[in-house]
Order: sequence, then structure tokens, then C-alpha cells
Amino acid sequence: MNLFHKKAKTDEDYYLASQWKLMARKLSHHKLARFSLILLAILYLLALFAPFVAPYSLEAYDSTYKNSKPATVHFFDEDGAFVGPYIYAMTYVNNPETFKRDWSEDTSEKYYVKLFVEGEEYKLLGIFTTNIHLYGVVGEYGGTSAKLMIFGGDSLGRDLFSRMLYGSQISLTIPLVGTLLSFIMGIILGSISGYFGGWIDDIIQRIIEVLSALPTIPLWMALSAAIPASVPVARMYLYITVIISFISWTGLARVVRGKFISLKNEEFIMAAQVAGVSSAKIMMKHMVPGFMSYLIVNLTLGIPSMIIGETSMSFLGLGMRAPATSWGVLLQETQDITSVAQYPWRLIPLGAVILTVLAFNFLGDGVRDAADPYK
Amino acid sequence: MWRYIGKRILMFIPTVILMSLLIFFIMQLPEGDYVSSYVSRMQAEGEFFSQEDIDALRQEYGLDDNWVVRYGKWVWKIVTKGDFGYSFAYGKPVWNVIKSRLGLTIAVSLTIMAFTYLVSLPIGIYSSLHQYSAGDYFFSAIGFLGMATPNFLLAIILMYASFKLTGDPLLGLFDSEMLQNGVHLYNFGRFLKRMIIPTIVIGTSGTCGVIRTVRSQMLDELTQQYTLTARAKGVSEATITYKYCLRAALNPVASGLAGSLSSIFSGSTISAIVMNLAILGPMLYEALQVQDTYLSGTILLTQAVLVVIGTLLSDILLAWLDPRIRYEKGRG
Repeated sequence: MNLFHKKAKTDEDYYLASQWKLMARKLSHHKLARFSLILLAILYLLALFAPFVAPYSLEAYDSTYKNSKPATVHFFDEDGAFVGPYIYAMTYVNNPETFKRDWSEDTSEKYYVKLFVEGEEYKLLGIFTTNIHLYGVVGEYGGTSAKLMIFGGDSLGRDLFSRMLYGSQISLTIPLVGTLLSFIMGIILGSISGYFGGWIDDIIQRIIEVLSALPTIPLWMALSAAIPASVPVARMYLYITVIISFISWTGLARVVRGKFISLKNEEFIMAAQVAGVSSAKIMMKHMVPGFMSYLIVNLTLGIPSMIIGETSMSFLGLGMRAPATSWGVLLQETQDITSVAQYPWRLIPLGAVILTVLAFNFLGDGVRDAADPYK
Repeated sequence: MWRYIGKRILMFIPTVILMSLLIFFIMQLPEGDYVSSYVSRMQAEGEFFSQEDIDALRQEYGLDDNWVVRYGKWVWKIVTKGDFGYSFAYGKPVWNVIKSRLGLTIAVSLTIMAFTYLVSLPIGIYSSLHQYSAGDYFFSAIGFLGMATPNFLLAIILMYASFKLTGDPLLGLFDSEMLQNGVHLYNFGRFLKRMIIPTIVIGTSGTCGVIRTVRSQMLDELTQQYTLTARAKGVSEATITYKYCLRAALNPVASGLAGSLSSIFSGSTISAIVMNLAILGPMLYEALQVQDTYLSGTILLTQAVLVVIGTLLSDILLAWLDPRIRYEKGRG
């Protein structure tokens, strides 16, 4: 008997499969959603291992690389022979007319891009102390060590790519934590409202109405203006998440309430009540699972607006602030057109934002289709 | 119908009261007040303030009371005198400060809304009638990109493009000549030109949303039994599309009208800061930064009230549009 023999898929499997298994199966047939899921997994892995993948630390700077152009990675030498990835050191002359640096490559020496090079020390996952980085270049140039900045340098000469990786730790987790918070708030308040009805329902509905009539971004701005400028990064993170989830729970609560109202007169609920099950248990055990898939769809589709919200607030300096780094903080450098015109590579973090938002959108669409029993 | 409208207008009152309370509460959340932020800014510039000066300032602005008392006074003045308080930063009553911008905000928002629906309805209908055609894919791709790009960055990119192409980034709604002489018929064309980028930037995300709604609604309706019946008895395709399906598909669009107003306020805020538009958003941003409580509170309240009015209008529109929705029998 072969233990590793894959069990043949039979019709029986299909009929016995749970709701979640059916959903997962349908989702895996949705090409765009599957691709998005893989992409998001990669992005989150990069965020998790940011200190390892990033060649430099968050604050490491080198003034020679101030506003430097993205480095070009070459693969072929002058004769056209493949020699593996290498870069030339970037050098500049100050342009007397525009007062900006004109960058060029100093082709006198090749710096080969190597894997697992030694660099600054860091703690991986907060546990292991090591100094191995995924890639980097070794060597000296003009008195300092040569640097590989594939997305160029910022106004202080810090590596944009490294900072984007560190920034993703904040930009990618805020929407998840915020979603979780609004999920909890939405379920609790929505189910109370729908299950009990009466004046409790009236009050909660009025609150929801008020909150959802307030335009999101102005309200976020007003709330985050209340964060003192000097709070530590961890607390700022918490505040921003709470602010972001402050509004998005309302839509969810409405959905939950509607579902509760339609479910509460079902016979199985009455049976549970007669059997003496407590209200809280009826809500969480008997009712919520009935529309869980619907809630998950709602949540996935709500994540993109949270990402854009956090980016916008940080962009205006009302969200995360330095020393904390998120994609919005990085995009602060693009606030005026002259800076975009002179250093267009500063828009690269925007690409990351768009990619993530698109991936979450497609994933949400896929989950919605998968959760729809009629498709 | 009238009873329904009357009931909705009555419900409007507690909503606005709750809103104003919430807004006022949020406004007083930051540490300190206008005077303390003013004093620290002035001290940074080398001015000297004695404690008496500060106390006198606080006294003058009435900042020593508890926030509930201040809220009560604020609301009382709004209701009795139509006085929304005093803007510390501008040294004028709040209403005088926001009056000019309020008109412009409404004008800009309505333009954007018109743009949104004029563009998205035809595209949505086209995409649903030609599902999976090249055009459908094209518009879907543009739609997704537009939804995923934060407005303000689209603004920067478009202004940069305009700067490269014409040498003028089209910053702000008025050029220097208009600021001097005001907008008249002869320079109205130039004003319209300056509206292009804000309209595209702020309208895009809403447009994409409406396109997707219309497309999926139309697709649902086009496969319904009644469509098949109509087609079987020889009703022309145009009648089926525009008289039957479109009418049914417009429901969620009409009920989303107020939501789109809210998202225009939302979206325009940051884009307007980037593009230097003289509407309420940037003013709110400045007011929040210097803790000009009454000004920022009034701006938020005005926007919220406009959204509530929009909701009311869209509900009435919905009742008018869809004969299945009737409210006479007191079932709100």
C-alpha cells in the first residue's frame, strides 16, 4: 500500500465537502484571485523578512547617494559575455544651472551583486541576531563602501528599496489589524442591534447613520489631528488603526443586522431559545456562522480603501510620521511637482500601493464569486 | 409619499444634533487649544507672551469653559442667530470665512458628480452589452487602475504631465488674472480648463465604482426571465435595454448618489490640498493644524449635513424611480 498515493477525487468528496472546502475549491479556479493571493503572500513574506531582504537598515544613509538615480544592474560585460549581475558605482557632478546632481556610472570598476553578504546587524523576526542580508555589493568606492540602490536614494541618501520594505511592515499590517477591529465591532454591534431590536436598535442605527454620513477622509484627518506629535511609534500605530476602523465597522454592522433580522424568526433559532440557550451563544454559535462567508467578502473588499486611507493620511503628515515609515510617509517626498519632475523614481512606492490595492480587489472579487452558492 | 418625506425630514433633526455633538467632541480631543498652539508658534518666531497675556487671550476666546458648555453655547448661537462661531485664525465669524468656499465646493462637487455619471453610465451600459469584448476589458482595466491609484498621486502625475506638455501645471482653480478681476464670461474658458484636472482626478474613483455597479446590474437584468420574454415577443433591443433593464439597473446607482457625494468630499480633500484648490478641504486641513475649532467643526458639519440632504434626495429619487418602492403605508 502506498501511503503517498493521492486519493482520487470522487463525486462523493464533492457532496461531503464543507462550505469552506467548496469555497476554497472555487477560489483556486479563479485565476486572477489565485494570482493575487500568491502576490499578496509574497508581499507579506517580504514584509516579514524585511531586515533580511533589505540590503540596508531603515535609517542607514550615505550622503554621496543623496537623491541618487536607481542603479542599473548589468549582466553582460563590454564584450557582450554574460558575467552575472554587477553594477558600476554611481558618481555625480553638480550641475551649475539646475543645482541638481547629474548622475553617471563610473565604469572603472565592476561591483558584483552577491547573495548572502554581510552587512549591518539586525534581529530576524525579533529573535535571531545576524548580519547576513539577501543581496548586496562588496567593495569600496570613493572612501565609503559601494552601495546598491536599485530604486535610488532619497533626499538623505537612504536606500528607497530598503525603506519600502520596512514601510510595508506598517502599510500592509494596518489594514489587517484595522479590518480585524472593525470586524469585531461590526459583528458585536450589528448582532445586538438586529437581535434585540427596539430602542437599542434605534440608537445603534442612528449612530451608524451619523458616522456614515461624515465624509471619511475629513473625519480621519480630524481624528488623527488629535494624536500628539510625540507619541512613540507603537502607540501611533495603534491610534491610526483604531481611527481607520472607526468608520468601516458601520457598513458591516448594517449587513449583520439585516441578516440577523431575517434569521431570528427561523425555526432553528426558536428551537435554541426554547432549549434554553443563552442569547450570546445563539448569536455567535447559531447565527454568525450562517453568514460568515458574506462577512469575509465584505472585509476583503474593504481592505483597499484602508490602504489608500492610511497612505493618504501619512502623505499629508497626519498618519504615521517619521521615524515610523510607511509607503505614505515615503510618498511625502513627492508632494510637489518639482520633486516628481526631478526625481521621478520617488514615485516607486506608489507602484507598491497600486499593486497591493489591485491584488486585494481581485482577491475580494474571487472570494465573492466563490462564496456565492448560485455560481 | 409626502408623509414619507415629512417623516424623513423629522428624522433629520436628531441625526444632525448627534453629528454636531460628535464633531465638537472630536474637535476638542487634541491637547491644548487654539491659544496654546498660537502661543507656541509665536514663541518659535521669537515673540514673548506672559501668563497674563495667555490668560487674557483664552478669556477673550471663551476657551476656559468645559467643552460641553462650549458646545451648548455654539449650538445655541447657531440655532438662534445663525452664528457658527468665530474663526480665531482668520479673525472673522466662521460663516464669513467659509461662505465663498462653500459655494465653490458645491459647484465643484456637482460638476464632478455630473462628470461621474455622464461618463460612467454609457461606459457601464456599453460594457454590459459587449461583455468580454476588447472595449469591456479596456474599460475594466482603466477602472481598476483608477480605483487603485490614490487620487492625490493621480493629481501629481497629471499636473506633471500638463507641465511637461504645456508648461503650465494648472495649479489652482484660478490664474492670477482671474484672482484680480474675478471670473467673467471672457475668461470662463480658462476657468473650465483649470477644472479639467480636478474633475478627472476626483471623479475617477467614483466613475470606476459606478461603471462596475452598472455593468454588473445590467448583466444581471439582461439574463432575467422578463428580458427573455420581452425578446421572445419581439420587443426591440433598444427598448429592452433602455426601458426595461436600465431602469431596473439604475436603482443601486440612485441609492448610491449620496454616498458618491460623501466620497467626492472625501476624495477632494487631499487632492485639493495637493492641487491648491480654493475649496473647503484645504481650509479644514489648515484649521485642524492650528486648532481653529469652530472653523474646522463647522466645515465638517456642513459637509455632513450636505451628505444627509443628499441621502434624503436620493431616497426620494429612488421612490420615484422604482414603482416597487412605496412608502405610503408607513413602512419606512
